[in-house]
Amino acid sequence: MLKTFHKGGIHPPDSKLSAHQPIQELPVPGSVAVLLSQHMGAPAKVIVNKGDEVKAGQLIATGEGFLSAHVHASASGKVARIEDVMDASGYRRQAVFIDVAGDTWADGINCDTALDKEIRYNAAEILKRIADAGIVGMGGATFPTHVKLTIPRGKKAEYLVINGVECEPYLTADHSLMLEKGEEIMVGIQLLKKVLQVNTAYIGIENNKPDAIQQLSKLATAYDGIKVCALQVKYPQGGEKQLIQALLDREVPSGGLPVDVGVVAFNVGTVFAVYEAVQKNKPLVERVVTVTGKNLKQPANFKVRIGTPVSALVEAAGGMPENTGKIISGGPMMGKALSHADVPVVKGTSGILILPAEESLRPMIQPCVRCAKCVAVCPMGLEPYLLMPLSQQNLFDRLEAGHIMDCVECGSCSYTCPAGRPLLDFIRLGKSSVGKIIRSRKKT
Amino acid sequence: MSNLLTVSPSPHIKNDQSVQQLMYGVVISLVPAFLVTLYVFGIGALITTVISIAACMLTEMLIQHYLIKTDITIRDGSAIVTGLLLAFNLPANLPWWMVLLGAVFAIGIGKMTYGGLGNNPFNPALVGRVFLLISFPVQMTSLPLPIASRMQYLDAATGATPLSLMKEGLRSGETVSGIMQQIPDHMQLFLGQMGGSLGEISALALLAGFAWMLYKRIVTWHIPVFTVATVFIFTGILWWANPDKNASPVFHILTGGVMLGAIYMATDLVTSPMTKAGMIIYAIGIGLITVIIRVFGAYPEGVAFAILIMNAFVPLINKFIKPTRFGKEVMHG
Repeated sequence: MLKTFHKGGIHPPDSKLSAHQPIQELPVPGSVAVLLSQHMGAPAKVIVNKGDEVKAGQLIATGEGFLSAHVHASASGKVARIEDVMDASGYRRQAVFIDVAGDTWADGINCDTALDKEIRYNAAEILKRIADAGIVGMGGATFPTHVKLTIPRGKKAEYLVINGVECEPYLTADHSLMLEKGEEIMVGIQLLKKVLQVNTAYIGIENNKPDAIQQLSKLATAYDGIKVCALQVKYPQGGEKQLIQALLDREVPSGGLPVDVGVVAFNVGTVFAVYEAVQKNKPLVERVVTVTGKNLKQPANFKVRIGTPVSALVEAAGGMPENTGKIISGGPMMGKALSHADVPVVKGTSGILILPAEESLRPMIQPCVRCAKCVAVCPMGLEPYLLMPLSQQNLFDRLEAGHIMDCVECGSCSYTCPAGRPLLDFIRLGKSSVGKIIRSRKKT
Repeated sequence: MSNLLTVSPSPHIKNDQSVQQLMYGVVISLVPAFLVTLYVFGIGALITTVISIAACMLTEMLIQHYLIKTDITIRDGSAIVTGLLLAFNLPANLPWWMVLLGAVFAIGIGKMTYGGLGNNPFNPALVGRVFLLISFPVQMTSLPLPIASRMQYLDAATGATPLSLMKEGLRSGETVSGIMQQIPDHMQLFLGQMGGSLGEISALALLAGFAWMLYKRIVTWHIPVFTVATVFIFTGILWWANPDKNASPVFHILTGGVMLGAIYMATDLVTSPMTKAGMIIYAIGIGLITVIIRVFGAYPEGVAFAILIMNAFVPLINKFIKPTRFGKEVMHG
């Protein structure tokens, strides 16, 4: 019996159309729009001006304060303008537009793809290189990696957990990375282990990717303290808390962080970025993005520069299908629907999913029949059927007592509800209000 | 691409289970039991079922249209399920106007007064059955004999059910083994060769329906299994203590409404608890009350009352029995 997390969870259809498609490098587009807020925390402060010549990999905005990350030019050329652009969430945010000319990289960046296994730096140097490269969590949460690697005083990391689960239907970016960049990921894990001073790393991969499990298991034998663990297929196993429970049977406490149970977790994409940053001195300016959808001609995995418009990716995958009804940045369970295809790729863009019109509409909302299926599937042990009406009625005290802040927004409840009730929509609203109340209470 | 894009929050996919599918899934799962009842009770079973379903649907439609002036939602299938289950809880020779009255009461009072689907605290079909049982006790307890008069409706030959034979027999001082002589053997009980309400007779057909509902993920196993197990264990203890005065546990679970109640009436989504632990408490309660009524009460059968009583406890169960949370231990600071 393979391991998995203990509570709730669902089994949406896999739909991994782009599995086993090799990672193709997409040509640098004519213009890129590099957002200054591609990470959780404060936006980076821009340090270039309109008209400046920049090289690929050059620092163009600095992350300042505790929670932020540096941003680098993803292509060489001239800064055309610095203005707002709509991001995947629909907010207007500042971005640096670069008119691309050639492909010159900043000095000191090693662009060759030869494997470099030698670990030359000490923990502090590795951490500095990671911070300098502007690396953030590439699974989608985009939490700055150097902050996560800085263990709070009084806590201790015992295990490193590497997330190769990719439980979102359709997405295959991590899968293709594990197949093609397995060695690099191993080196990246050694680097992270050195920073965290831990001896053991667990790589969790769901059993629907047997080739990746086999590949990484084989590579891991050459390294001390890297264990590859096949997991049952169940959504949302890629959630940090669920993955830690599946691998180590440790439960991150409510309101706590993985480090409270001695664990720090990173996505395989992040690990690869760490490898490139430390071994090749290459900042995070490109990433693997799955472009997929049932009506798309060639679902694919592309390596693209940050700031490339989504439309260019869709074009490269065979063009926008006729009856497109929804464009999603990310997977179908947690991704964000875009209002147009010109949104730029950011560090957290794991996939672009094109849904046909007939799959884009919400089901009709019917009364709750109290079937208890939302309670059964909730991985956090909450009662979505109860939280939704409480949220509609702004009963914030009762929402807090119902532990609404524990919700990981995985969407299993809405996915399952036979009455088509938008449970998560209202839980999100309630969560945001309750979060504000809790923060203001802490201030006073 | 000229068409507008849909922008909505995640999740963007939905499984293919809808309320309609749940309801029609229940209807499909009742087909084996319906075929058995057609074979055993004939024309009376057909008339009762048709009238009950039609009356339930019509009542819901009229109330939605004329009284609460809302969209008519009979296509969701819940009225069909109520109609079918009400008929399954009635004798096949019940006069048609009583069936009609029961259906109007089930939907009108049992369901729509509370606001319709999803809001009723009590199982509507059982509300209808108990209403009829209290209003027309004679007609509701003169049950047709199996097979005997399949082409007759109102004038079908009636006789005692195994449960009433047992109750009367024990009351008049007979021993269980003596009474069991007049009752078909366990295999025949299991297949449905006995007097009783329309749909309760064949445990086999009901179990087949249960398997279908489990396969289709309409219900979980907890309530039926714990209800039947509680009846079995409780009557087993009584039987073990005094086999002359108490019927065997196998007799108890095969006769009367235990199977129908446990599989279909107790698992009613709307009126059962929301957590697994809550469902188990609820199911054990149903089993205990059923046996108490059967063995110590005046009625030979107690499943319907037991389920309605436990329905009343469901809000309380939901309030106090919460799912176990992930990461219960709370971090401070």
